[in-house]
Amino acid sequence: MNPATFATHHAQALMGALGRLARAPLATILTLLVIGLALALPAALGLLVTNAEVATGGFSQAVDMSVYLKSGETVQQAQRLAHRVRTMPGVAKVTVISAAQGLRDFRKYSGFGAALDALTSNPLPNVLRIVPRPEASSAADLERLRRDIGAWPEVQVVQLDAQWVLRFNAMLGVLRRLVLTAAVLFGAGVLAVIGNTIRLEILNRHAEIEVTKLVGGSNAFVRRPFLYTGMLYGLGGALLAWMILEAVVIGLTGPVARLAQLYGSAFIPTGLAARQCGVLFGGGVVLGWLGAWISAHHHLRRIEPRA
Amino acid sequence: MIQLERVSKRYPNGREALTHVSFFVDRGEMVFVTGRSGAGKSTLLKLIALLERPTRGTMTVNGRNTGTLKVRHIPAFRRQIGVVFQDHKLLADRPVFDNVALPLVVAGAPLKEIDKRVRAALDQVGLLGKERMVPVELSVGEQQRVGIARAVAGKPALIVADEPTGNLDPELAVEVMRLFKRFSDVGVTVLVATHDQHIVREFGSREIVLESGEVRGGDPDPLPSLVASR
Repeated sequence: MNPATFATHHAQALMGALGRLARAPLATILTLLVIGLALALPAALGLLVTNAEVATGGFSQAVDMSVYLKSGETVQQAQRLAHRVRTMPGVAKVTVISAAQGLRDFRKYSGFGAALDALTSNPLPNVLRIVPRPEASSAADLERLRRDIGAWPEVQVVQLDAQWVLRFNAMLGVLRRLVLTAAVLFGAGVLAVIGNTIRLEILNRHAEIEVTKLVGGSNAFVRRPFLYTGMLYGLGGALLAWMILEAVVIGLTGPVARLAQLYGSAFIPTGLAARQCGVLFGGGVVLGWLGAWISAHHHLRRIEPRA
Repeated sequence: MIQLERVSKRYPNGREALTHVSFFVDRGEMVFVTGRSGAGKSTLLKLIALLERPTRGTMTVNGRNTGTLKVRHIPAFRRQIGVVFQDHKLLADRPVFDNVALPLVVAGAPLKEIDKRVRAALDQVGLLGKERMVPVELSVGEQQRVGIARAVAGKPALIVADEPTGNLDPELAVEVMRLFKRFSDVGVTVLVATHDQHIVREFGSREIVLESGEVRGGDPDPLPSLVASR
């Protein structure tokens, strides 16, 4: 088949599919709505995860580790250890909080100033505050760092202030998995909806398909308009899902911004990024094509011309 | 163009529709296949258009062995054959133009070519000017001629017609047959199944008579080798 014929066939199939969808607007809209909602749900979950990540963007930096040195260790010793820690992999920043500095801070923030005055000596040890690199902030990485440093003879105890961050990250992990699960389940739903819609259309156009095959239409030729119909359903459904999500985000922006403000954050929820739109629209088209192909492949071979 | 050597067709339900049928049709010939209904005429045409495969025997149509032709080559094979049906099998919701254009669209002809050939085909059957009408607006005879226009639009080497005059009054029937005769005069092979003896006598073309699935008369013109093997 020459390229011009190929292009003509595809253009005809596309125009035919568009025309048929336009001729039954109510049925088309209902189908698109079902597909749109099915695509919107996993996409909304995905959006929730990315927004949660943005809203808590500072959290990975909030992971830190406090290394309490034994009480006999001097500030100079602490500086030396800090230098050593800085050279370790996965460490972003190390600050030394001297015992004197610690006491000053404690006096200032704790409100026990008067009680502290009663002390004759400073009971606080020198402390190293370690901020790990974000890419080295997994539970396992942090635990390894804690164990390594904890083994040093100068160190009394290492305290990891990361439990809640780890829990939060684990929750995001669960949500991400949920997004994937929902995408698979609802993707299967979209396949079924499109497959069934195409099946009904094939049944409706039984006579036409039979005659087309009779005059020498190949299976590919007969199948092509249905594949375009499926892709258009997928594309339309994705567009609808996108509009639904945008509407939801716009509706939530005010209340969420107020909530964030109460936590001292300037966070504003965002809609789908370009890459996520790509996934949504690409996924819609691929699901539409696949659903149509499966259905057409299965049902069209049963229609053979009978004179 | 068409060559059958001891072809039999048994349907899955066990009915043997054709038994050891042999005949030969040369390029450009016009041949009638006659016989009562149930004699196997329709089965024969289905075998030629590859709507069915022969159960036994060897069958060559337009240079292709229809018993062994691969499924994916069937569409291309059918594009070489124009088939006219008794119930004409037109698309009721499509205008005449679209119906006649279908084989050309399927074959991927350019739009200009389609337009030209559809008009030429409609002109040949005397329906030029009715392109935009839908089949129900036409008389039965006109519908049948639309079916013929569709069969010839792709300029096939072979036209097969199953009772093309079955629903027509005698006058129209003769007219339709003259149409087929004209195609055969310009080199197209035409095979017409009919039970209308009047028509056969009027046109005086070669006749193959089927009875209970067997060739029982007429002039099947089998190849000499087949005659010898009997």
